[in-house]
Amino acid sequence: MTEQMNTQDLLSIEDLSIVYEVDGETTYAVNNLNISLKRGETLGLIGETGAGKTTTALGIMGLVPNPPGRIVNGKVIFDGEDLLQLPKEKMRSVRGNRISMIFQDPMTSLNPVMTVGEQIAEVIQIHEGVSKQSSFQKAKEMLEMVGIPAARSGDYPHQFSGGMKQRVVIAISLACNPDLLIADEPTTALDVTIQAQVLDLMKDLKTRYNTAMLLITHDLGVVAQVCDKVAIMYAGEVVESGDIRDVYENTKHPYTKGLFGSIPDLDLTVGRLKPIKGMMPDPTDPPSGCKFHPRCPDATAMCSLSEPEPVLTESGHTARCFMLQAMAEPLAAQKPLTELNRVQG
Amino acid sequence: MSDTILEVRNLKKYFDTPKGLLHAVDGMNFVIEKGKTLGIVGESGCGKSTTGRVILRLLDATDGEILFEGKNIREFSKEQMIRLREDMQIIFQDPFASLNPRMTASEIIGEPLIIHNKVKSKQELSERVAELMALVGLSPRLVNTYPHELDGGRRQRIGIARALALNPKFIICDEPVSALDVSIQAQILNLMQDLQEQLGLTYIFITHDLSVVKHFSDEIAVMYLGQLIEKAPAKELFKNPSHPYTKALLSAIPSIHLDHKMEREALKGEITSPVNPAPGCRFAPRCQYAVAECTAREIDLKEINEGHFVACAMVEKG
Repeated sequence: MTEQMNTQDLLSIEDLSIVYEVDGETTYAVNNLNISLKRGETLGLIGETGAGKTTTALGIMGLVPNPPGRIVNGKVIFDGEDLLQLPKEKMRSVRGNRISMIFQDPMTSLNPVMTVGEQIAEVIQIHEGVSKQSSFQKAKEMLEMVGIPAARSGDYPHQFSGGMKQRVVIAISLACNPDLLIADEPTTALDVTIQAQVLDLMKDLKTRYNTAMLLITHDLGVVAQVCDKVAIMYAGEVVESGDIRDVYENTKHPYTKGLFGSIPDLDLTVGRLKPIKGMMPDPTDPPSGCKFHPRCPDATAMCSLSEPEPVLTESGHTARCFMLQAMAEPLAAQKPLTELNRVQG
Repeated sequence: MSDTILEVRNLKKYFDTPKGLLHAVDGMNFVIEKGKTLGIVGESGCGKSTTGRVILRLLDATDGEILFEGKNIREFSKEQMIRLREDMQIIFQDPFASLNPRMTASEIIGEPLIIHNKVKSKQELSERVAELMALVGLSPRLVNTYPHELDGGRRQRIGIARALALNPKFIICDEPVSALDVSIQAQILNLMQDLQEQLGLTYIFITHDLSVVKHFSDEIAVMYLGQLIEKAPAKELFKNPSHPYTKALLSAIPSIHLDHKMEREALKGEITSPVNPAPGCRFAPRCQYAVAECTAREIDLKEINEGHFVACAMVEKG
């Protein structure tokens, strides 16, 4: 489906696979991942601990630690160029400049012995080759833009609260006016009222500068408030993806359904939550077939034997599940199913 | 009022800091009935965890009364407190930090039984541990595993089994699911609900997660800078939030419904310092409705609906 759209996509990740190899054991962190993002769009990447969200982000940024990490397959096409083929020097000029990243923990992503003004100015000096003075001027403007008085540019990180630190991190990431912003759990460490302020700020800046954003989170609510598109990850794979409204309102994949069943809905009163049984598979020893089948309430014999391919749902998003495949391509998929049943019976 | 299990009157906990007195808990009053759940919500630093610890006397209160089954436990001797610990337990937030890494699952769960002389033989101990593990859904094969071998959800189940070992009547749950993934979080919440029904437990459920607290609690108390600013039955609070801070807090929750775009109550700035706080309403500096009266006097909780209490000068006027 991406063939024709590739020309317009700002970011297109194709069949990306990343592994970590430790003591002869291979951890399959990201498996054949495909996602794409246009200019100005926001994609929410949702998943639980260990789903491979952060590794995907590091893969895009060329920051997967090697060793133990290794990109074994795939392309990361950004504005027509495969980032994985870029020489280190060139990648360094992309990172922080055209693609920048906001990390989860604002407390540890700032340098404690530099003033916030210096930290913002540093990025501008490195990438835009401007004088020290004008970089500091720009740093002050950036601070004002994220709602911090310019007069505080001489303060150190410890003099700011958590929410303000995250604003400083946002100011740094936007200092060079990037085309793509990767935000890895940007509000997870913050209180809800501060989270709301930071999300508002990010939404506002994104529309003002037409920045594309990849928002990594485990919070379905945050994605609903901020994103245009969504991709749900499970065990290193995207299991369901597409337009946010379509995925949220016509949820197809049993894992996505399970996620929605696990969170208490503020507008409804339910007696009991419907959790997903079991837990995340061991990434060094992923289950055969569909990675979700051991936890899936609808799993059939087929699910443990082969891996489902992404299928286009009738409402227009993609999901990886044999149940859908059976409906979409009745002949191809149902035949083996009935054969299997016969063997089992 | 015979079914009241815990009553807290004018509870205060101040910490002496170099900058002055930090008012972590400042004049809390509430009552919990047997078998019910009181949710305490608020943002970081509002004093919710300190409240829990002061009630268990893990921290000594500065002032006030803590009446457990009608007796002021602040006057209890050390021996009386040890006996009382059987009735009052706590489940901690971090299942990684709250379990001794050098003890196995069965040793952790069995430790309270040994300390309180509840078992007479090794045989009895291992039977009781097995019973507790079954109760919280831990497989018997995990008896000899160490915490680091287990995932967060299972570790939290050990923490719950340990809290249940002495058959308590009352458990303080301090952010018990905050460190867990959503799918595991739901498993633990369901488990805690089942245990409450089976064993008739009373919970204080401390959390910053408003959707979890609504799902889990009978009544909810909202704290701001050490004070209770609103308390109501769970549904009533979400239907009819009355304190400006509660409104702001509820409107800041990102809804999973796409058409519910956040219509936010403007909230200026950030939480102010709890050290030597100014008199009057603590929320006034951030409140868009604040008037001179708010800081002129202490604002007490007033009942505006059945069971719905609010501390706000504007709401008082109507």
